[in-house]
Amino acid sequence: MISERHINFLTLGLLVLIPLWAYGVDEPFTITLMTRAVIFALAAVGLNLILGIGGFVSFGHAAFFGLGGYVMGILAWHAQNYSPLMEWPLLIEGTKSMPVIWVLSILLSAFLAFLIGMVSLKTSGVYFIMITLAFAQMMYYFSISWSAYGGEDGMSIYVRNDFPGLNTLDPIQFYLLCFVILMAALWLMSRLVKSPFGLALNAARQSPQRVQAVGLDLHKLQLLAFVISGAITGLAGALFADLNRFVSPNMFSWQLSGEFIVFIIIGGVGRLFGPVIGALVFVGLEHFLGGISDYWHIYLGVILLLIVLFSKTGVIGLIGKKEVHDD
Amino acid sequence: MTDVVLATHNITKSFGSLVACDNVSIELKSGEVHAIIGPNGAGKSTLISQICGSQTPDHGRVELMGQDITSKSARERALAGLGRTFQISQLAMEDTVLQNVMLGSLGRTGNPWHFVKPILKNSALRDEAESALERVGLIDEMHTETGTLSHGKKRQLEVAIALTLKPKVFIMDEPMAGLGLEGSKDLTSLLDQLRHEAPILLVEHDMDAVFALADKISVLDYGKVIASDNVEGIKKNTVVQQAYLGGDE
Repeated sequence: MISERHINFLTLGLLVLIPLWAYGVDEPFTITLMTRAVIFALAAVGLNLILGIGGFVSFGHAAFFGLGGYVMGILAWHAQNYSPLMEWPLLIEGTKSMPVIWVLSILLSAFLAFLIGMVSLKTSGVYFIMITLAFAQMMYYFSISWSAYGGEDGMSIYVRNDFPGLNTLDPIQFYLLCFVILMAALWLMSRLVKSPFGLALNAARQSPQRVQAVGLDLHKLQLLAFVISGAITGLAGALFADLNRFVSPNMFSWQLSGEFIVFIIIGGVGRLFGPVIGALVFVGLEHFLGGISDYWHIYLGVILLLIVLFSKTGVIGLIGKKEVHDD
Repeated sequence: MTDVVLATHNITKSFGSLVACDNVSIELKSGEVHAIIGPNGAGKSTLISQICGSQTPDHGRVELMGQDITSKSARERALAGLGRTFQISQLAMEDTVLQNVMLGSLGRTGNPWHFVKPILKNSALRDEAESALERVGLIDEMHTETGTLSHGKKRQLEVAIALTLKPKVFIMDEPMAGLGLEGSKDLTSLLDQLRHEAPILLVEHDMDAVFALADKISVLDYGKVIASDNVEGIKKNTVVQQAYLGGDE
């Protein structure tokens, strides 16, 4: 048994060493694979706030992931075709600037999360799951029918967007960018859970009656957590679209929402590095087992079953010591 | 001593054909401990729920410091000055004892909207929480995971959280349950001090504690107040003897 802190450092080590090794031996595919894992981890870090800390199982986080993707896709498509996004009443051009795309993805995903949260957080349990799923499905079918931006076929962006001072088409440089964003999100999460907001949100999951009895606003706490959660997942969507240089309605699919939940369950619900470990394990299995059999999801199912049966806190709970977090 | 801090006026609550609370009117004055006693199913918990806002009366009203709070939510009532403990402990079991008490301090400030600085580094809130733990005798357990505490200690923790709220009224729902003789004596002495900070509405089955603390006792039976008097009056009341105290008929 090792401490959770050591598990986190170990994971961090893998996130640094594997891409460095791949860079050294000129294996760009491994770097791309790691970038995919890091972006999925970021999406699940977002979900972990409302699922792990807030206690609401959102089965519709692909709505934010897809929105982030489409924000990138639409802005970049207009920029690459030199056609403005809007001419009246304001002239709005497309953009190839990653920071601008990220900010817009975060803001729009946060706004969508606010709207969905206002409705869905009035419920709980299976009703919450169904409402979030319904919203994501609405986005999915809307994107299919939106022929201006590729409809069912999605759309390709020929060149990756720009980041000042970096060559984003170089896999290791793009990986570095995604890695830094993931680290920033993890830092934010580590601070959030220890902050007054985190303490109240955590208590709201465990005892809503207590939180109300001390005069705290349960709904506002949960809504804000949902908004932050959606915004982070939206940012991950923008990065994912840039990784693939392609967006499609699949980014809104319920299967993807389910995979985000699976990452968290594999790694450890509510644990800081849980989504990171889950995403690494998932992408690793997808790559290695997927190479052996098309039916690799069966093996994933068995692994998931074993984790749920033997550890409620995923891989971290399985190999880590139980700790009470105070300071 | 005569100012009414909390009052219910003819509050009634029915569940189908069962009238759990039948025109109950009680008053709690400043500096006072007003105990509510009665057999199981008498309507004590329903009364507390209506006072604290987790249930709404079918009719009648609840007043705090002369203000009608009947339509306010549990949260608004807490902000207005009701500090309660629960009959079944409502605590964040995965958190430490200290974190639970700091939640109370945080509730009193009404501002959980800080996102970066760890709450445990807030020395004002922490000092307040530690002082509350000291008063209930749980200071040595402050880093213990709450779920591992004994039932009695969870009751003490509930009281500590109520203390941090610095309420206008304490609503204590069976705080002595599971405490044992020594713990019960200690808490009785603490509640005796607390009455000077805010009056206490006390629901309790421990009659030694009730008789030691109460200025006034109201007895509920089948949802009705069958007697309301001081300790001596209640002890002598034959109706109460038959309904609850188990005296000779």
